[in-house]
Amino acid sequence: MRSRFDEQLYELNRELIEMGAMCEEAIASAAKALSTGNMELAAKVRANGAAIDQMERDIEGRCMKLLLHQQPVARDLRQISAALKMITDMERIGDQAEDIAEIVTFLNGHTMEGMELIEEMARATIEMVMSSVDAFVKKDVELAEKVIAQDDVVDDYFSKVKYGIISMITENSTDGEFALDLLMIAKYFERIGDHATNIAEWVIYSVTGKHKEV
Amino acid sequence: MSIIFVKDMCLWYGDHQALKNVNIEIPEKSITAFIGPSGCGKSTFLKTLNRMNDLIPGVKITGDICYEGTDIFSKEVDVNNLRKEIGMVFQKPNPFPMSIYDNVAYGPRTHGITNRVQLDEIVERALRDAAIWDEVKDRLKKNALGMSGGQQQRLCIARALAVEPKVLLMDEPTSALDPISTSRIEELVMELKEKYTIVMVTHNMQQAVRVSDYTAFFLLGELVEFGKTDDVFSQPREKRTEDYITGRFG
Repeated sequence: MRSRFDEQLYELNRELIEMGAMCEEAIASAAKALSTGNMELAAKVRANGAAIDQMERDIEGRCMKLLLHQQPVARDLRQISAALKMITDMERIGDQAEDIAEIVTFLNGHTMEGMELIEEMARATIEMVMSSVDAFVKKDVELAEKVIAQDDVVDDYFSKVKYGIISMITENSTDGEFALDLLMIAKYFERIGDHATNIAEWVIYSVTGKHKEV
Repeated sequence: MSIIFVKDMCLWYGDHQALKNVNIEIPEKSITAFIGPSGCGKSTFLKTLNRMNDLIPGVKITGDICYEGTDIFSKEVDVNNLRKEIGMVFQKPNPFPMSIYDNVAYGPRTHGITNRVQLDEIVERALRDAAIWDEVKDRLKKNALGMSGGQQQRLCIARALAVEPKVLLMDEPTSALDPISTSRIEELVMELKEKYTIVMVTHNMQQAVRVSDYTAFFLLGELVEFGKTDDVFSQPREKRTEDYITGRFG
């Protein structure tokens, strides 16, 4: 029964997974460009940003159509409204990956001691994004809760990176512009973690019908 | 506050059990929607609330229905008075083949009101409450059968209101109407809940969501779930409810 609607919901899920994969790839490439100084890769991340934006539009259009045509209630309504909110976070993740890639192109292969910390932070953030999309696909509340908990880990990384940069500045071992660029990159990763947390919260709402307490 | 209390109610049509242990409290001055697939017992239950099922041969009812503290099946209850308190509007508009005025005055007249001035007042108030006064005030002597379907249905609501009921039972009141008439009735019903308790059977799920405060879901003679409409349609407690409202029943 309602097999056409079910097919459309399945298609919506498939597109969300695809958009999630695009975001993962964007952050992973931005992180790789940062650690290897690969300018071509950084340029590619910036070029792919438009595809993520387009995907957001497409999914938004599909959701609006489903709301209009199917007048969903209960779990169907939750799934579609969660999808509408999640794509906004995904689009922001895509933007922030682009922002990181843009800064990487200015760094010109410049590197520093303690760079590994940012790389570790990037890995933790990518994992959050992957797990949040995974939690959505599998309707896995436990995994979504893990993502939310992992945000504290990413926040810790941000503090560590920040204090690392502060000591670099006090020791005069780096130039100001480079230090600020790095701080921006770390902040972007930290924000990506926040967006992944939002996605995880929408997964919990979509499955249980309850919001996490504010 | 609840106005009708139903406890362990069962109903049989001959050997067939149409309602099974229904327990529900109908909240006063609010709109309660009954939903469920055809044959689930929701209309049967609605009709039991003002003893319309008494007229069907072979019906057996057990359990209690209390209206304002009185058992509606007790011997002291005058069925005509009960139906004056608990009025009914049907799926198809059924005005009597007489003037608009006489349709509305019919109930009050049968309850002994003959004073012309008093009747005029009652008719005007009922037609105003049913949001049709402005459309018919200049043709009260015209035959009601000349009105449009939507107007006829509002006339039937006015006729029900003329005897000053406290509860209005509505059995799919908009299913025979066009979208414009439907939304007029829906808005009317939402206004009426300030003064009256409304219980409405509907097959239109969106109507239940738009209009009602409470929703009861019936399936195979059972009251599966009853709760605030917002809760029932966002997080139903029962899987059977969820399957029905999302259209994945069966």
